[in-house]
Amino acid sequence: MSSGTTLGARGRPAPPGTATLGTDQDPQVARIARSPEFQQLVSERTRFAWTLTVLMLIVYFGFIGLIAFDKSLLAVKVGGTASLGLFVGVFVILFAFLLTGIYVARANTRFDALSDALKRSFGR
Amino acid sequence: MNRLLLGLTLAAVAASAAYAAGPDLGAVQQSATNWPAILMFLFFVLLTLGITYKAAKGTKSAADFYAAGGGISAGTNSLAIAGDYMSAASFLGISGLVYTSGFDGLIYSTGFLVGWPIVLFLIAERLRNLGKFTFADVASFRLDQTSIRIISAVGTLVVVAFYLIAQMVGAGKLIQLLFGLPYLYAVIIVGVLMIVYVAFGGMKATTWVQVIKACLLLGGATFMAGAVLLKYGFNPEVLFASAVQVHPKGDAIMAPGGLVSNPVEALSLGVGLMFGTAGLPHILMRFFTVSDAQAARKSVFYATGLIGYFYILTFIIGFGGIALLMSDPSYFKLGPAGAFDKLKDMIGGTNMVAVNLANAVGGPYFLGFISAVAFATILAVVAGLTLAGASAISHDLYAQVIARGRTTEKHEVNLSKFSAVVIGLVAIYLGYVFENQNVAFMVGLAFAVAASCNFPVLAMSILWRGTTTWGALTGGLVGLISAVTMVVLSKAVWVTTFGHPAPLFPYDNPALFSMPLAFATIWVVSLMDKSRRAQRERAAFEAQYVRSETGIGASGAHAH
Repeated sequence: MSSGTTLGARGRPAPPGTATLGTDQDPQVARIARSPEFQQLVSERTRFAWTLTVLMLIVYFGFIGLIAFDKSLLAVKVGGTASLGLFVGVFVILFAFLLTGIYVARANTRFDALSDALKRSFGR
Repeated sequence: MNRLLLGLTLAAVAASAAYAAGPDLGAVQQSATNWPAILMFLFFVLLTLGITYKAAKGTKSAADFYAAGGGISAGTNSLAIAGDYMSAASFLGISGLVYTSGFDGLIYSTGFLVGWPIVLFLIAERLRNLGKFTFADVASFRLDQTSIRIISAVGTLVVVAFYLIAQMVGAGKLIQLLFGLPYLYAVIIVGVLMIVYVAFGGMKATTWVQVIKACLLLGGATFMAGAVLLKYGFNPEVLFASAVQVHPKGDAIMAPGGLVSNPVEALSLGVGLMFGTAGLPHILMRFFTVSDAQAARKSVFYATGLIGYFYILTFIIGFGGIALLMSDPSYFKLGPAGAFDKLKDMIGGTNMVAVNLANAVGGPYFLGFISAVAFATILAVVAGLTLAGASAISHDLYAQVIARGRTTEKHEVNLSKFSAVVIGLVAIYLGYVFENQNVAFMVGLAFAVAASCNFPVLAMSILWRGTTTWGALTGGLVGLISAVTMVVLSKAVWVTTFGHPAPLFPYDNPALFSMPLAFATIWVVSLMDKSRRAQRERAAFEAQYVRSETGIGASGAHAH
């Protein structure tokens, strides 16, 4: 990771719009932003992250929705005493962990590779 | 600003003192002095003070003080994040909730957990790439420093204040019960120790205190859940069956019950828990303690696993409490003829389920251990909160707003240490005056404000090009004010604390309304903002975008 070249090295970040990343002066930023590598990285990662976010929202609010609207379904017995709701609740917990794992696995391989390629091509 | 907050809290104190309400945990009786617990706690204190001393010697720069020099590993950070989340309220409160209502405890556990994936997918890496010490660094990256730091710092301080009061009062009552120490002593011990950790050891000490406590708590809870399962042949089905047999609500504990009575309330609670997580300042600041975005991302992954595991343990502990304690009269206050109410008469109240269960499965020394861990838990959480509050005062309000960036790093860190002392003293005072007040709503309020003020400002400033200073400022204010107002007008405050006959706002949780209101305000005001500054801010988005997505130009791990 490149170190804070344009930041105040100690303490505070430089005020924005002045020298941070050379906002206005640095034509590098515009070149990076327009490069196909950057656009591919951002569009792939954004799509992936939002897909997982929506999945998490659906699963969690689906669970809350069942609690709110169909308590009797969650009370259905599966195997003696344990209810369906119990399994769904534990599933929500495991699902959250699984999703973060999927994201990290993908980020560690695909997104980091794209990001490294981008940094190489801009010599940073 | 500090004075304003103090004024506000004093006004709140005066108001609630005038409308005295029933105590929260019920009148807590001081128990006999528990020596094993006190000795084990003293050992924890000595250990953490040693760490604080070491950390203090190594804390030289602002980066050391606020962010532990960026040198915390992903694994350590995940334990610290999990530790921040595994508060005494989670451990004792959720196991107690499972004990009284069974399944309903899971609603809180899942809600507390599912915020983490959202933090990971949308916030964590960008936060690390853009920020340095506080989330206001990120929110104000391309927006006006003064306005955005004020709204972020106010959001931070409100969250910290309510969270802290709830923790202090909880600490006082808990320690009265667990250690047999007077309430005021307990509050003073917590306050003084947290001042020492934060003022001397900064983020390094705060992190390691949290990590040690997280390991102790996870170890203790694992042992307890394991001992419960062992008694039932590691077959949860047998545990559930015997719990249903002795619980007064019978089979109803296996299904959703009365905790969430109407759909709007359920959704609002869910929104508040989920997005509040993404706006808690003491959690967000932990992303600045790791070296880079990769480490930030890994720490969320591990932390999610640890927190999920912990909540499954509390669920088993709650059911173990039902199965093992409910038929044993020695854990209850007995009425005439030895009769007792299994749900109401537990010694120390239902928050003590985990503690009493520790005695049942591990004897008095394990009881002492769990009591000491519960105390350590509170201590570690309040230290993190204090550091978040002190950073907001010194790094955001003082350095950027009052001194306008013209201050030295040393001066800023000294002010932060001083703020930590002041916050600690105020917390002791508030803990003292709130002793017999209902503080149960305060953690909920902290989550609601985090979800309705901090999270929208942060998310919109990093994710949407069109966000302008005016938009973020008004949206954050609208979120903050609406969340606080709705809670004040809700049953918990309007009826329970102020004694009015009916609540003016029908729901306990405001987030479903206040959070979208904040987002909508940011959006509309930003769209209407045609000022020159707004155009500059939109133009500056590209540079922020490149850095937030790639880390190019991000501040490095260490100050040079």
